[in-house]
Amino acid sequence: MNALAHAAGGSTPASLRPFLAQLPDSFWMPAQASSAAGDVDTVFYAIYWLSVFFFAVIVGLMAWFVVRYRRRGPDDVAGRTPSHNVALEITWTAIPVIVSAVLFVVGFKGFLNLATAPRTAYEISVTGQKWQWFFTYPNGHVSNELHVPVAQPVRLTMTSEDVIHSLWIPAFRVKKDVVPGRYNRTWFQAETAGTYPLLCTEYCGTGHSDMLTSVTVHEPGQFEVWLDQESNLLADLPPAEAGAALVKRNGCLQCHSLDGSAQIGPTFRDLFGSSVAIRDGGTIIADENYIRQSILEPAASVVAGFEPVMPTYAGKLKDQDITTIIAFLKTLSGLGGAEPEAQAGPGPDDSGNDGAAAVTEVP
Amino acid sequence: MTTIPTTADRPIHAAEPHHGGNYLNHAAGFRSWLFTLDHKRIGVMYLAAILFSFLLGGIFALLVRTELLTPGRTIMTAEDYNRLFTLHGAVMTFLFIIPGIPAALGNFVLPLMLGAKDVALPRLNLASFHIYVVGALLSVAAILLGGVDTGWTFYTPYSTSTGGPVILVTLGVFVLGFSSIFTGINFIVTIHKMRPAGMGWFRMPLMLWALYATAIIQVLATPVLAITLLLLIAERALGIGIFDPALGGDPILFQHFFWFYSHPAVYIMILPAMGVISELVSIHSRKTIFGYKAIAYSSIAIAIFSFLVWGHHMFVSGQSELAVVIFSALTFSVSIPSAVKVFNWLSTMYKGSIKLETPMVYALAFIVLFGIGGLTGLFLATLATDVHLHDTYFVVAHFHYTMVGGVMIAFLAGLYHWWPKLFGRLFSQRWGNVGAVLVFIGFNLTFFAQFVMGAKGMPRRYFNYPPEFEIYHQISTAGSYLLAVGLFVAAGVLVHSLLAGRHAPANPWGGATLEWQAASPPIHHNFDGPLVLTDPYDFSGLVWNDAEQGYDRRDRDKETANP
Amino acid sequence: MSATATPRYEGKARLAHYFDTRAQQYDSHKLGMWLFLVTEVLMFGGLFCAYAIYRANHPEIFLYAHTLLDKNLGAINTVVLLFSSFTMAWSVRAAMLGQRRLLAGLLAITLLCGFAFLGIKGVEYNHKWQHGLLWGDRFDYAALQEHGAGAGAAAAGGAGAEGQAVMSELDRAAEVTVAHGHEPAAIPRNVHIFFGIYFVMTGLHGIHVIAGMVVIGWLLRRAVRSDFGSRNYTAVDLGGLYWHLVDLIWIFLFPLLYLIH
Repeated sequence: MNALAHAAGGSTPASLRPFLAQLPDSFWMPAQASSAAGDVDTVFYAIYWLSVFFFAVIVGLMAWFVVRYRRRGPDDVAGRTPSHNVALEITWTAIPVIVSAVLFVVGFKGFLNLATAPRTAYEISVTGQKWQWFFTYPNGHVSNELHVPVAQPVRLTMTSEDVIHSLWIPAFRVKKDVVPGRYNRTWFQAETAGTYPLLCTEYCGTGHSDMLTSVTVHEPGQFEVWLDQESNLLADLPPAEAGAALVKRNGCLQCHSLDGSAQIGPTFRDLFGSSVAIRDGGTIIADENYIRQSILEPAASVVAGFEPVMPTYAGKLKDQDITTIIAFLKTLSGLGGAEPEAQAGPGPDDSGNDGAAAVTEVP
Repeated sequence: MTTIPTTADRPIHAAEPHHGGNYLNHAAGFRSWLFTLDHKRIGVMYLAAILFSFLLGGIFALLVRTELLTPGRTIMTAEDYNRLFTLHGAVMTFLFIIPGIPAALGNFVLPLMLGAKDVALPRLNLASFHIYVVGALLSVAAILLGGVDTGWTFYTPYSTSTGGPVILVTLGVFVLGFSSIFTGINFIVTIHKMRPAGMGWFRMPLMLWALYATAIIQVLATPVLAITLLLLIAERALGIGIFDPALGGDPILFQHFFWFYSHPAVYIMILPAMGVISELVSIHSRKTIFGYKAIAYSSIAIAIFSFLVWGHHMFVSGQSELAVVIFSALTFSVSIPSAVKVFNWLSTMYKGSIKLETPMVYALAFIVLFGIGGLTGLFLATLATDVHLHDTYFVVAHFHYTMVGGVMIAFLAGLYHWWPKLFGRLFSQRWGNVGAVLVFIGFNLTFFAQFVMGAKGMPRRYFNYPPEFEIYHQISTAGSYLLAVGLFVAAGVLVHSLLAGRHAPANPWGGATLEWQAASPPIHHNFDGPLVLTDPYDFSGLVWNDAEQGYDRRDRDKETANP
Repeated sequence: MSATATPRYEGKARLAHYFDTRAQQYDSHKLGMWLFLVTEVLMFGGLFCAYAIYRANHPEIFLYAHTLLDKNLGAINTVVLLFSSFTMAWSVRAAMLGQRRLLAGLLAITLLCGFAFLGIKGVEYNHKWQHGLLWGDRFDYAALQEHGAGAGAAAAGGAGAEGQAVMSELDRAAEVTVAHGHEPAAIPRNVHIFFGIYFVMTGLHGIHVIAGMVVIGWLLRRAVRSDFGSRNYTAVDLGGLYWHLVDLIWIFLFPLLYLIH
């Protein structure tokens, strides 16, 4: 998982980089980073060696019979053996029954652990949407990457805005479908600080394989600092920088590039103020009103050459948020001052611990 | 030992013309094939259509694997990739594996194994084929209209909200369901009503038990798929709201409906494969099958259990924990009859007289690959590990080991085994075996790498992937090319046999079931003399005839002289 | 009845070459038909499951919405179909006894009953269409509020709104409508679900009625040609089995949709 963790690390605060998923993978499984991972892997390897044993017996016998009892001439007849043997057949029915029963019980126990969250768990709401994740913390802060404290049970309450997604954190061995119209829950307790991948595993369309983000497990005490810092980010920043943070946080960059290349959606570079051709014919000047309309009613005027796949952000972005995003887009067209770096937010190091009081209680 | 009178003894049928030829040259012309009621010709037409579908699905597979050579775009866009894997899944599942063994090989051998002249309902049989063609054309027509990207499982609400001709594909699969149902009805009626005097249920070849169990599933499960697809069409066309969460519907209900069919469908695929292997292991070891009744009953047990395990596709969907636990327990139960069959095949080989003829090489490959497919199923039935492995390449590898390593290999085994009977030609055993070995190696390269990457964190249906998985994907893609080469060698052997193969004797392998008493290829009405009915796995009366390069029934003349 | 002096009309019998005896042929065809009926039952079984699941989760919808159906027309249709089943059964007997004219007459009556059923169903559908009592987002809550809310008010006591975890826009709109209407809580949320199920079930059944009528029409034509008789009645027998199944499904649909308590 190291490469993926590294790819996700671009946006990770500098203080955490030393902890980036340095755990060893085993041949079959990714690094273990949750309380459940060890148990799951024990079961996995138990079944694995059991399977290797049975496979070796079956293939070994088969190979031996093929060599030992090969036909030596066309009229070579088989040796006389009974056509059935009740004792033998009961034995080889009973052995799989016992093995299955044991496996069922072991798997059942592991599943109960995965299904029952402790009452003290820290609650985070998750919303899946084509093709990004929104994590809402108890204080109302929303992020696109999941941040959790180490050694603390965390419960995710998940729903989807559109189609079925599925949230998977391989390092934690947890997975649960994220279904529109209902809330599914899962929980975990991260044991090792670091950054791990978080992926969508239920096929959800064009951007399915890009619907991935990271889980950052913070060292003791650091999670509260991070949450406070992030929650107050916008209030402290000039509009264009706040817009840059919002563009990143809302996953706009999953589909819209900053470097001029067309992806699922048109690039943001030099977009503002330009004249764009519309899918249904005609052209529109990409001014403040067009940007606002495209965020709130994305299907209204789609740029030629692109599909109407963007979800609406009505209800997610407030008017002042949109204003800051417009301010940011202006900088990408060389208007309204210097261009802020959308990829980097300030790390917790810059701010100290002054926000600790605002953090939700974590028992 | 019983002698069954056939056509020759029945004056009522004496008016039937006898050309002295066989079913292939019995009548000529396009219409004599397209509107034939002869089960053998329908079987051959099914075979051609199914092999064409297999080629199509295989090309899609190679394109998918080529795209996955590198992360991100290699040869196509994400949209095209999504359409391709959907088509690959849909074509392989609905057009190749489900009808593969029953409709092509089963149609051909089932009446012959019963010593009958045809299936009980030949018109329904022909209708089944015509419907198959219509359904296939409807599904494939969707490609020309831009393709669909729903995945072959059509999960709502994605399938009701995405673009493309989804209704057309769904309608095609709905129509194909009728084809499957008609084949199933036909087989059940034929086995019940057309068994010859002297062939009780427990003197039937095991292939017939397997086809019977398959037919039961086809008849009981396919209608549920039909209604599911109709509801999906209604949902998409009219917005009926039953599966749409925006209208108060439940998208998980679709999954319950879909898997109530599609899990038993897995056994529609694998049961006939097991039937083929039961025949082949016994014949090519020249030894009575070990534990006949256990194999027969295990087929029926699998058919019954198959209806009780659909929920294991939904362990992480958010269905109730109680349901999850019950489905896990039931899922383990279906592994037991499968294990029993493997042990029986091994015991059959013990002290046998084993010859590595090409069908037997494929049968052995089946035991190895199905062994891996079955054992990896244990990881997925166990709840604690399934949560991690669900919807990853581990699952992809698991079902390819059972569906391709199992069903496709058994289909090839059966095809080679009955090829001399189908077309009256022998094939090159050496090149047949070369093809089998290439297929075996290529298959393992392709799919074993997928077990590893799945467990390590590679989800399925991913267009893009982290660079650390690139090496596994490259091994897998290289394997798929080798697999394709192996399959082309296998096909070349058969084409060569058709064009230049030596004429086949009636009984090249020494089989004791009735189809080997028909000429190769059989005459239009299958048999022209009285048949000698023995235990289907009693090889004692068969002796090698060097002049014919096949086996003769030592006691045949004696029996015939004294009917 | 006493034995008739004239031999029974035997019909135009044919034994297919792949069967040994006529009994084997008849049994095979009959078994095939029964298996086909099994598939039909399972297909409708899927719909009955969907019905059961939604009724268990949202009983208030079903209690309320069934009052919007016309019990009288449903009951008349039930009688029409039961009568047609009777004439169909009788026609099988007529075929067995070689009563050619009676057979044709009974098949014609059965066919007419099919038309009557479809006609009455058409009247019902038309009424639903006029009042916007349709499926999914075509359901016209505003029209229901104006015209029909009173009808269901009594039956829909205690319409709980707890089944649904996430409210859709439509739901909210419906609730707003309810809140501003004169009879709050009279119309439960998601009434359109009932009509979705109603139209799928009765629609699929209607398609089966039409298929049955095509079969009966074909039998009628052959009966007029004197194909059927005491040695050739398989087709009438099997067509009858199919028609009885179509009736039987309606016998379940009628109480489940119209007569809910």
